Amino acid sequence: MGIYALAFVAFALDLARRGARATVTAETPSAVARRAESARAAEAGGGAGAGTTTMTRITKRVEDEVNWGRKQSTSLRVAFVLTTLGFVFHLVGDILRGVAAGRVPWANMWEFSMTGTLIIIGVFLLVNIKYDLRFLGAFVTGLVLVLLGIAAVKYYVAVVPLPPALQSYWLVIHVMVAIIGTAFFAIGFALSVVQLLQSRRERQVEEGRPQQLRFLQTMPSATTLENLAYRTNIVAFILWTFTLIAGAIWAEKAWGRYWGWDTKEVWTFIIWVIYAGYIHARATRGWRGSRSAWLAVVGFSAVMFNFGVVNVFFHGLHSYSGLGS
Amino acid sequence: MRTALFLLLLLAVAAVPGSLVPQTSADPNGVAQYKIDHPELYPILKNLQVFDTYTSVWFSAIYLLLFISLIGCVIPRTKHHLDALRAKPPRTPVRLNRMGGFRAVMVPGLVEWAVPSTGSGTARSATEIVDAARGILKSSGYRVVTFDKPGEASVSAERGYLRETGNLVFHIALLGVLLAVGVGGGFGFVGQRVVTTGQTFVNTLVNYDSFNPGRFVDTNTLSPYSIRVDSLDVVYEQSNADARGEPLDYTAHVTAKTPDGKAEKRTIKVNEPLEIGGTSVYLLGNGYAPVVTIRNAKGDIVFRDATPFLPQDSNLTSQGVIKIPDGLSKQLGIIGIFRPTAAKTMANGPISTYPGLDNPKLSLTIFSGDLGLDNGSPVSVYALNVNKLTQIAGPTASSPGLDLKPGQTAQLPGGLGSVTFDGVKRFASLDVHHDPTKTWVLIFAICILGGLLTSLFVPRRRMWVKAIEQPDGGIRVEYAGLARGDDPGLDAAVDALAAKHRALIEPQQNESSAAETKA
Repeated sequence: MGIYALAFVAFALDLARRGARATVTAETPSAVARRAESARAAEAGGGAGAGTTTMTRITKRVEDEVNWGRKQSTSLRVAFVLTTLGFVFHLVGDILRGVAAGRVPWANMWEFSMTGTLIIIGVFLLVNIKYDLRFLGAFVTGLVLVLLGIAAVKYYVAVVPLPPALQSYWLVIHVMVAIIGTAFFAIGFALSVVQLLQSRRERQVEEGRPQQLRFLQTMPSATTLENLAYRTNIVAFILWTFTLIAGAIWAEKAWGRYWGWDTKEVWTFIIWVIYAGYIHARATRGWRGSRSAWLAVVGFSAVMFNFGVVNVFFHGLHSYSGLGS
Repeated sequence: MRTALFLLLLLAVAAVPGSLVPQTSADPNGVAQYKIDHPELYPILKNLQVFDTYTSVWFSAIYLLLFISLIGCVIPRTKHHLDALRAKPPRTPVRLNRMGGFRAVMVPGLVEWAVPSTGSGTARSATEIVDAARGILKSSGYRVVTFDKPGEASVSAERGYLRETGNLVFHIALLGVLLAVGVGGGFGFVGQRVVTTGQTFVNTLVNYDSFNPGRFVDTNTLSPYSIRVDSLDVVYEQSNADARGEPLDYTAHVTAKTPDGKAEKRTIKVNEPLEIGGTSVYLLGNGYAPVVTIRNAKGDIVFRDATPFLPQDSNLTSQGVIKIPDGLSKQLGIIGIFRPTAAKTMANGPISTYPGLDNPKLSLTIFSGDLGLDNGSPVSVYALNVNKLTQIAGPTASSPGLDLKPGQTAQLPGGLGSVTFDGVKRFASLDVHHDPTKTWVLIFAICILGGLLTSLFVPRRRMWVKAIEQPDGGIRVEYAGLARGDDPGLDAAVDALAAKHRALIEPQQNESSAAETKA
């Protein structure tokens, strides 16, 4: 029965992954479509003709769409619906994994990746209710796709029972909040990257140099992006602080001390300090704008490093990746 | 701010090497291994205190500087904030249209009041209009002050003092955590003790296998409780082929006797330490302790004990040392390998294939000679120095090593006597921790979180409403706000205030007469 459940879960997960993948294939052309659209706009305004190379990669459907002069929002809408659909499949797959394991589905790296990417998409969809961040879609789904791809190739493990150290309600609290925090950091990261691209473009416009990446014209200004990134990142920072504290309480229960400079603890601390620096940078003259955005990018790289490298290659008490050692 | 930023980033960078190199505090074996693997690099890193990164001079210097800069920042800010808390909101600016969310409306000075007693029409002044705004602002948590001069009245309001309070609480609580951790380190202690089932551990200094007290710990005043480990239950996964042999649960059933003599049955599990006598007792490890009896040539028992064997792998292939200094014609040293489930073949060496007791086997290599115990220098009970010993049974001796199953007896070579493998007990490795300030750390941590929440999400803003009587008898009402800090909702807040205020000062029937002008 266990094996049956495993097969079923693997199947469901594959479905979820394909759902996400389909989403991205639809989403990427949408960005391309927008690029093409802005290129056409630039042409109309007397700018240099561009986009021929990108055009060749556009699928027939999208090409038609653009040529018929329909608004690009159709493909955007399709992408968004697909993302939502992928999210639903992903959610079902993740829940099934939890059911098959008889516990929360985030006890090893594979499950953490699954749930983590799920929450990234979830947060992305949620934030979209309040702010229209759909322009981030290609970045977010792209990021999720890469993470899921790595996870599927490298991190897959079958369902195994929880080691005693993880049998605690803190697994639910500490890891869940860490995942949500990571998701907010991911969106903040995407916003910061777009902000950096955008401010580069704005500088180019100012200096009258030719611009690359014309699709940025359709996106908000660097300042707006910076404010959005800041707001996303402070939410993440608070969640991260909570993760740190909850982790310390759990460590006190499980290992007998709340802080022991375990490698994972160190990296969580480093991330916390980097983002604390980011928040301070926003209030420091000369550090607003691109410099603080770079800090956010460094911060998110540290988050990814903490997850992808520290878990697998560093020796420490948080060795719950489930990968063979 | 620039200093703080610089020190924060420096701190982040400085924390990195400690995660790349094993730390003495967390992984002493790793440090020893590193010394062997990198004989050239080791002394350099050692001198740079990289193996004790987080207590090193340079790391401490960074965070102490950070905290000094923090104190230097927090004290004047606290003072300033206390003044601000007592102070009234500042005077309304002359030109509101330079402020955020500015809007202005014209309202008529003469209104048909729907109150019978005052008649059909009343002139009203700027003061009355501003008073209405004052009421709204006050009830939504603003601190308000009104200014009156002929023909013009205004209200200046400020809210969100909690933002700065939260910010200060956050930074002070950080200092609190550092202080509490420091004090806790001085007055706390950590001790380890291996207890075989059936044994009792009494909380006095001599009973610890290892003991690391803080600087100010008085080891004579340990709370004299005792813990008897009655049994240790370990459950291993059996059905799931992917995880066969993985531990599912460790439970130590103990009888705890408090200093006042009350005995109580308790359990210690991995995530559930036992709180007793101001300390927490953790179950951090376990293993097997084979019970071995050794008799001399006449058949008298010279040794009978359960000896904890240290686990070498996840299937609990365990190794231990038994020393027999007295009772036999020669001193004996025995290195034993215990396998709870011995592999069928020796193809992979003497290993265990499952951590449970499916096929327990004890293999002994026996040495005789000088154990080195008689000159009084301390010797580890888990190690055997074979320099002055001769192997008398084992791979390099003339007689082979002894392989025993529970209940079996074998003769020692040379007619020394016999050895019996009576059975196996489990041992629990207990960690006893005393940390007098951990509650304080928790309280400060909660303050950190609370302070952070309020300082990042409570908007601090000023609001102004100004009413100016116009020559034509109308009244011009201006609204504006000023964000102090990140405040995405300022415009909406001014909007909401204006709408609420107008609803109050404009009776329904006159709504159409208000003409909005946006400057």
